Amino acid sequence: MIALGVSRIGYEIKTYFRQTDTVFFTFLFPLVMLTIFSVAFSEQSFGQDADGNDVIAANYYLPAMLAAGLLLSGLQNLAIDIAGEKSDGTLKRFAGTPLPVGSYFVGKIGQVLVTGALQAIVLIAVAGLIFRVPLPTEPEKWLTFLWVFVFGVITSAVLGIALSGLPRSGKSATAVIIPIVLVLQFISGVYLQFTALPEWLQNFASVFPLKWMAQGTRSVFLPENFEVLEQGESWNLPGVAIAMAIWLIVGLIVTRLTFRWIRKDS
Amino acid sequence: MTTSDPVVRVRDLRKSYGSFTAVDGVSFDIERGETFALLGPNGAGKSTTIEILEGYRDRTSGEASVLGTDPSKGGLDWKARLGIVLQSTGESGNVTVREQLGHFAGFYPNPRSVDETIAAVGLESKQKTLIRKLSGGQQRRVDVALGIIGNPELLFLDEPTTGFDPEARRQFWDLIRSLKAEGTTILLTTHYLDEAAQLGDRAGIIAGGRLIDIGRIDEIGGADARIPLVRWRENGQLREERTTTPAALVARLGEVEALEVIRPSLEDIYIDLVGRHAAQEATA
Repeated sequence: MIALGVSRIGYEIKTYFRQTDTVFFTFLFPLVMLTIFSVAFSEQSFGQDADGNDVIAANYYLPAMLAAGLLLSGLQNLAIDIAGEKSDGTLKRFAGTPLPVGSYFVGKIGQVLVTGALQAIVLIAVAGLIFRVPLPTEPEKWLTFLWVFVFGVITSAVLGIALSGLPRSGKSATAVIIPIVLVLQFISGVYLQFTALPEWLQNFASVFPLKWMAQGTRSVFLPENFEVLEQGESWNLPGVAIAMAIWLIVGLIVTRLTFRWIRKDS
Repeated sequence: MTTSDPVVRVRDLRKSYGSFTAVDGVSFDIERGETFALLGPNGAGKSTTIEILEGYRDRTSGEASVLGTDPSKGGLDWKARLGIVLQSTGESGNVTVREQLGHFAGFYPNPRSVDETIAAVGLESKQKTLIRKLSGGQQRRVDVALGIIGNPELLFLDEPTTGFDPEARRQFWDLIRSLKAEGTTILLTTHYLDEAAQLGDRAGIIAGGRLIDIGRIDEIGGADARIPLVRWRENGQLREERTTTPAALVARLGEVEALEVIRPSLEDIYIDLVGRHAAQEATA
C-alpha cells in the first residue's frame, strides 16, 4: 500500500502542476495576495516590535498567507480535486483495479505536503528576499513552524477529502467549496485582524481550524510583543495543537463514513 | 474453483430500482477462454448486468459468481484478475499515454509490458501525448489498454469500439483475437452486430431486462431464422422467397435479373428477435 502510495504521490504532483487553474488558485494565490497587501499597505505601519521598529505589511501578512496556503493546498485543493475525480470517472476506474483506497489517500496527502511545502518556501523566500521581512532566527521558532505546518497541512488535507463528498458534481465543486474557504479566511484573521472582529464572531471562528492555524503561524513570524494582541493575550500553542487534532479526527471519521470509490446504484 | 467451473455464472439475476426492474431473471454461464457477447437495445439491461458482475452494482436477488467469487464481495486480489473497460470515461487526462499505463501497471501483481500494450492498441506514435489531447477513438484505445495492462483472466468490454474508425475497429478485433488466443475469457457488449459475429463464440440477447435468446453465434435465433432469402427481379418487380433449398430455386428461375441469395446475418436475426419481443410485449 505504501509503495503504491509513493507512486501515487509522484503521479499526483505531476498532474497538479499540469492543471494551470489549480496552480493559480491554490498554489500562487497566497503569493499574489501577499504581494497585493504588501504593496497596497507599504506606507502603513502595523505596529512596532519591542525595539520600536515598524512592522511592515509584508511581515504582518506573511503568517496570514501561510495559514491561507495551508487551507488552500489541503482543503480547497483536495475537496475540488476529488469531487472532480468522482464525477469524471477517475474513481470509478480505480474501483475496478486493485489500487487500495489507502494508497490513493497517501498519494493525495503526499501531494498536499509537497505542494504546500513548496508554496510555504516560495512565500517565505519572497517575503524575506523581496519585501525584506525580518525572518525569525531562533531555531525554536522554526521548529514551531514545522509542526504547525505539517500538522496543519495534514489536517487540512484530510478535511478536504472529507468535504469532497459535499459537492453534487465536479462542476459545482468550485462553487460549493470556494465560498466556505473564503468565509473562513475572512473570519479567521487571515485578511482582517482577528481581535478587531466582534467577540461573538471570534468565538464562532474559533470553532474552525483556520483561526488556530493562523494563530500558530503568527506566533512564529510576528514579534513577541504582538502576543498581547491575541485572544487571551497568548499564542496558546497547546490550543492550536488541540484544535487541529480535533479537526483531524473529525475529518478522519467523516472520511471513513462517507468516502467510497463510487456510490453503488447511483 | 476447478478449471471446469465456468468463469462467470449467473442464475436468475435481478436488479430493481424502486418499481422499475432493469434486469429481470437473467441466467447464463461463460466458460474459460470463451468470448461471450451480450447484445440488446439501449436500456435493455446489458450495462446493469455487466456492472453487477464487475462489482460496481449490487444485485437485488439471484446468484452471481465471477472467477469463483461473489462480485458484490470481491476484494483487491479478485480485482487484480479482472480487466474492465467501462462504457464511458471522461477523465481530465493530464498524463501521457505511457505515464498512465506505466502507473496503472504498478497496481497489478503480474502486468503486461507497457511497450507491448501500447503497441497492441496501436498508439506507439502517441505514447508521449497527453491523453486529453488524443481524439475520442484514441482515448478509447487507452481505455482498452488500461483494461488489459493487468493481464486479466477475465476481460469486460462494454461497447469498446464506439467512436473507432473502420480500420481501428479491425485492429481492435485483431487485438481481441490475440487475447483470446492467450486464453483470456471475454464478456463483450456491443451495438455492432458484425463485431459480435467476428469475435463472439456465443451470444445472449437481452431485451426488457430478460434474456430472449442465447446460443452459439452461428445458431442463435434457431434454424428458421437462418433460412436463406432468394431475391430477384421479374417483370420490373422485386420478388423474394425464403427457402431451405436456395440452389434448387435458383436453378428453376434460370437467368433472371438482379439475382441474390442472402444468408441472414447476425444483425438480421437480432433485429428480427428484438422486434418480435417488442411486439409480444406490446400485445401482452
